[in-house]
Amino acid sequence: MISTPSKHYELEKVEMRQMYANTLVELAQGNPDVIALEADLMSAISTNKIVKQIPTQIINGGIMEANMMGVAAGLSLTGKIPYVHTFGQFATRRTFDQLFVSGAYAKTNIKILGSDAGVTAEHNGGTHMAFEDIGLVRLLPNATVYEVSDSTMLRFLLRKIEKEHGIHYIRTIRKNAVKLYDENEVFEEGKGKVLREGGDVTIIASGIMVAESLKAADLLYEQGIEATVIDMFSIKPIDKDLIVKYASKTGAVVTAENHNVIGGLGSAVAEVLSEHCPTKMRRIGVKEQFGQVGKLEYLKEFYELTPKDIAGAAKELL
Amino acid sequence: MDLQKLEAFRDEIRLNTLKELYHLGFGHYGGSLSIVEALAVLYGEVMKINPQDPKWEDRDYFILSKGHGGPGLYATLSAKGYFPEEDLYTLNQNGTTLPSHPDKNLTPGVDMTTGSLGQGISAAVGVALSHKLSNKDNYTYCIVGDGELNEGQCWEATQFAAHHKLNHLFVFIDDNKKQLDGLTKDIIDPLDFVEKFKAFGFYTLRVDGRSLEQIYEAIEEGKRQVEKPIAIILDTVKGQGVPYLEEKADNHHIRPSEEDATAIRLAIAELERKLGKVVSV
Repeated sequence: MISTPSKHYELEKVEMRQMYANTLVELAQGNPDVIALEADLMSAISTNKIVKQIPTQIINGGIMEANMMGVAAGLSLTGKIPYVHTFGQFATRRTFDQLFVSGAYAKTNIKILGSDAGVTAEHNGGTHMAFEDIGLVRLLPNATVYEVSDSTMLRFLLRKIEKEHGIHYIRTIRKNAVKLYDENEVFEEGKGKVLREGGDVTIIASGIMVAESLKAADLLYEQGIEATVIDMFSIKPIDKDLIVKYASKTGAVVTAENHNVIGGLGSAVAEVLSEHCPTKMRRIGVKEQFGQVGKLEYLKEFYELTPKDIAGAAKELL
Repeated sequence: MDLQKLEAFRDEIRLNTLKELYHLGFGHYGGSLSIVEALAVLYGEVMKINPQDPKWEDRDYFILSKGHGGPGLYATLSAKGYFPEEDLYTLNQNGTTLPSHPDKNLTPGVDMTTGSLGQGISAAVGVALSHKLSNKDNYTYCIVGDGELNEGQCWEATQFAAHHKLNHLFVFIDDNKKQLDGLTKDIIDPLDFVEKFKAFGFYTLRVDGRSLEQIYEAIEEGKRQVEKPIAIILDTVKGQGVPYLEEKADNHHIRPSEEDATAIRLAIAELERKLGKVVSV
């Protein structure tokens, strides 16, 4: 835990996609039932580099995402453990009925990596910029939804879900994340991580917005405001106890997500608070907008996802 | 193949299908009856299964991609001993284990949940792929509807199956010429299924979907394939085996009129007499 303010947020050396590919090799070499499925985006997620290492356990299913989900469901009927990757919007909104019927409703076992989270799709623009994927998967009964914030977490969760039956959706960026965790860190389903303690306001974030929230906490600290920052990587199930504990403690909650504020982390936190601990809150995230092309910093500014936006929302509550 | 025994099994499936739907009062008569012969050959003669152990790891798999034919599948599973015949009369009732569309988590012997058209065939491809990856020689059988082949996902699945040379995958096309709103040729003309499946890399046969022998022989022939997945186009009619229902124009989903109900009761009685059973209606 970062107990004192830190202004140094370094990018990891390993890209998230490299970590995905490396972890798949570990998983596949350790378990012949692990099968990775791709939909013609192998070079986008670096799994093209591991084909020689696990040639019979990685399959490029072509540009057929609906079929890929169905094939994954079929593989799981016979005990295989499919890890499916495509961009988040294809993994969810394009295949939602497959995910629903052949996946969650049929109670099959599919691990899904949705890449290029929100604004990190950058130059791929509005068609490829998923702001609704978390919301969609959250609607599936018994599905598990994670948004990972660094590569240590990604590797840990990919390994953890190998032995867990069900629909698991992991949302990630493809490139380098800000380093947040030591290699030995342990993550639990439904348990958020408190990264910084402060008594005035609680900021609950996921994915790239965790680092932005830590930076926001630095800004607030300079102004005499102490913020708690929670990495709520487990969006479903969500850590109700932790949310209630810190909402009670600080009396003010800001959520921060690289996703539509409807259906995602902000909604999930608001659902908990309104039922269990009504608390003043603000949601930082995308509001009634579609994506667009642009560089990451431009998009963060445009959609008001910056540390300044988060700090501003916190101050409104105080 | 013991034809006489298989004919009796077929009649039993048709009888049970009619009885469960008649008892319910409405349902997918047309497309449940058109697959009775295919189900009879698969479950009566071809498939490696164990009704006492529905989840037997070494079994062949069957996926009814056209899930609205569920009542036909349930009649087959019941006749095969997966569950008691009485259960058939709970079809679609509150709390039933037999919903209108198959649910693998509710019904013994149902290998995959289907009903949203186009999806079961992909799951069947996944099962066949899994067996191939594990060097297992089990077969996967799947029935799709002719109307269902409107769905683009079916053609994704066939491309995938052909590319991966899934020669232990059998896809049966229930070519009963009708979909919910009318004739397939009027809604989306399927053109020639044989040409289509051949073009998609399948070893393709067209048989009389009423003929137990032709279906059986086509499967035997398909099993000799070493590379291609197999498509067997079943030339069928909706309401198959019940002349009154075959001729009824709107026979996808029927809520019987008095005239319909009389004809269905007659068909039930006829099958019961044929099978040496007490007439129940």
